[in-house]
Amino acid sequence: MSELDPYLIPALDGVAYGLLLFVVAAGLVLSFGVAGILNLAHGTLYAIGAYVAAWLADGGWAALPLALVAGVAASTAAGTVMAGLLTPVKRGDHLTQALLTFGLALAGGSLLVSAFGPEDLPVRVPAALDRPINLAGHSYAAYRLVFILVAAVIAVGLYLTVTRTRAGMLVRAAVDDPQMVACLGVNPTAVRIGVLAASGALAGLAGVLGAPIIGPGPSTAATVLLLSLVVVVLGGLNSVVGTLLAALAVGEIQTLGVALLPTAAPFLLYAAMALILAARARGLLRRWSTA
Amino acid sequence: MEYRVKRVLAGAVVAAIALAVAAPWIVDDYTTSTLSRLLVLGLVGVSVALLTGVTGLPTLGQTAPFAAGAYAAAQLGQRGMESGPVQLVAAIGVGAVFALLTALLVVYARGVFVLMITLAIGELAITVASRWKGVTGGTDGLLAVTGVRPLPGLSTLDTDRGRYLYALAVVGVVLVLVLLVLRSPAGLLLRASRDDEARMRASGHPVTAYLAGAYVAAGGIAGAGGALLITTQQYVSPADFSFDTAALLLLGVVIGGAGSMLGAVAGTALVFAARDWFSNLLPGQSPLLLGALFVLTAYLLPRGVAGIDLRRLGRRDRAARRA
Repeated sequence: MSELDPYLIPALDGVAYGLLLFVVAAGLVLSFGVAGILNLAHGTLYAIGAYVAAWLADGGWAALPLALVAGVAASTAAGTVMAGLLTPVKRGDHLTQALLTFGLALAGGSLLVSAFGPEDLPVRVPAALDRPINLAGHSYAAYRLVFILVAAVIAVGLYLTVTRTRAGMLVRAAVDDPQMVACLGVNPTAVRIGVLAASGALAGLAGVLGAPIIGPGPSTAATVLLLSLVVVVLGGLNSVVGTLLAALAVGEIQTLGVALLPTAAPFLLYAAMALILAARARGLLRRWSTA
Repeated sequence: MEYRVKRVLAGAVVAAIALAVAAPWIVDDYTTSTLSRLLVLGLVGVSVALLTGVTGLPTLGQTAPFAAGAYAAAQLGQRGMESGPVQLVAAIGVGAVFALLTALLVVYARGVFVLMITLAIGELAITVASRWKGVTGGTDGLLAVTGVRPLPGLSTLDTDRGRYLYALAVVGVVLVLVLLVLRSPAGLLLRASRDDEARMRASGHPVTAYLAGAYVAAGGIAGAGGALLITTQQYVSPADFSFDTAALLLLGVVIGGAGSMLGAVAGTALVFAARDWFSNLLPGQSPLLLGALFVLTAYLLPRGVAGIDLRRLGRRDRAARRA
């Protein structure tokens, strides 16, 4: 036990980091798996939420729900606008989609920097949570512990939504067979706009709640986009649980991996991705190609 | 009529070549070194066009073999190997080997999945480049100590003009080789695999092997670009291979018409020149202008200037699904 002790805090950080990535990556899985859009502006949607949180949070309790509502609303609106801009682009025209969303990411990032300045912004959490608490002999930031609980609740909620509700059923059906869903009288454009709005909402939610962990700054969008792409590559598009496991693995690699193997850590992410892809190359990708 | 169009086109190409050779005597040294950089990026653009337009594997990851080639050439230069061709061949080899090692990840995927996987490959290559300090010098980068010797017996290249002409010659040779290969049956097989994969497979063609071959060749071309990068700007750092570079390469290739190699060089040079121009024009706002350029391109040029049918990429997806 005593030799495991120094790694308790990094491991816990990894859970917090992983759950944060899960919420962001779930949005990416949604736009990718259902609408078939590789949204290169997904990190920017997260950054919008994080900037709103940094802007509104003043250390009081009242600011938290306000930031939550405003941040999620802003990211959802941005996602909906993006869906509107993507409407004339044909499904399957991935190059145009990639160019369009990357252009929006560049322009959006530039606008965020001119609105909020080129520095990484500090984010103030409510005073009651802005203190260390004692955890098995270690002090640990209270906010992160609360974040882990909240993100776990979000993860369970997402799982129940996808598996138990009509909207979730539609999403799963659209991943499996978009043509059949269209034949059954569901408007594909409405599905696409709904999915991108929901994806924006998830990114915004993660941005507001995760701002104290991955804070708003000029490089936030790129960091979040890359990590959530890795999560999607590792987790596939077929299940919430797969995405969750992949997100937790990436989170642990980024925190526990750095603590255990400081020199090899930067390569661990790559090695994990290469191994999983190579091992499952045929099976995984054949499933992917139906998306 | 078609004959006349061809003659006009041939005339334009000859004029462009003459202008490219004469350029370093017309413009100042600073512009010459800028042109060298545009040429190098144009060569990487050729490798992107080979994958995106001809093979149907849209890529955001050619910055990775580009970086591998650049660091290989820089390492040789630091160890006193001044010969340009040796650096070039080593860089091509390293770029091709890098592609061979990552081919398994790429060649089974199609369409948007290729974009995503190559994006991850490119980003992780930057991570490696900035952390593997022993080989890459980390974020400080590597400096080329001396110029390269273009051929045994010649003196080293110490002027912007010399480096530009060397880069122009290498890019020209590679471009001619690529065009010759694409006109041969090999090019036909690649285009056929792109247009109707299921039919090619049904006729017994090992499509995956063709794609892997094209991917490795593109890796070698990007590696050659890396060697030229260290020759022309005499410095290399992870910032040269950022995600922005990868996205701008793809934009340039799409503007140039995805399937056209000359278009790729021109489109890539145009996009990077526009970026430099924007950042002089409105310092700090250049990402906004570039972003607008991306969005405009997406709407106005869905098939690029030279008119490749990008819907084929979607058709390829469906063909793969039927298989």
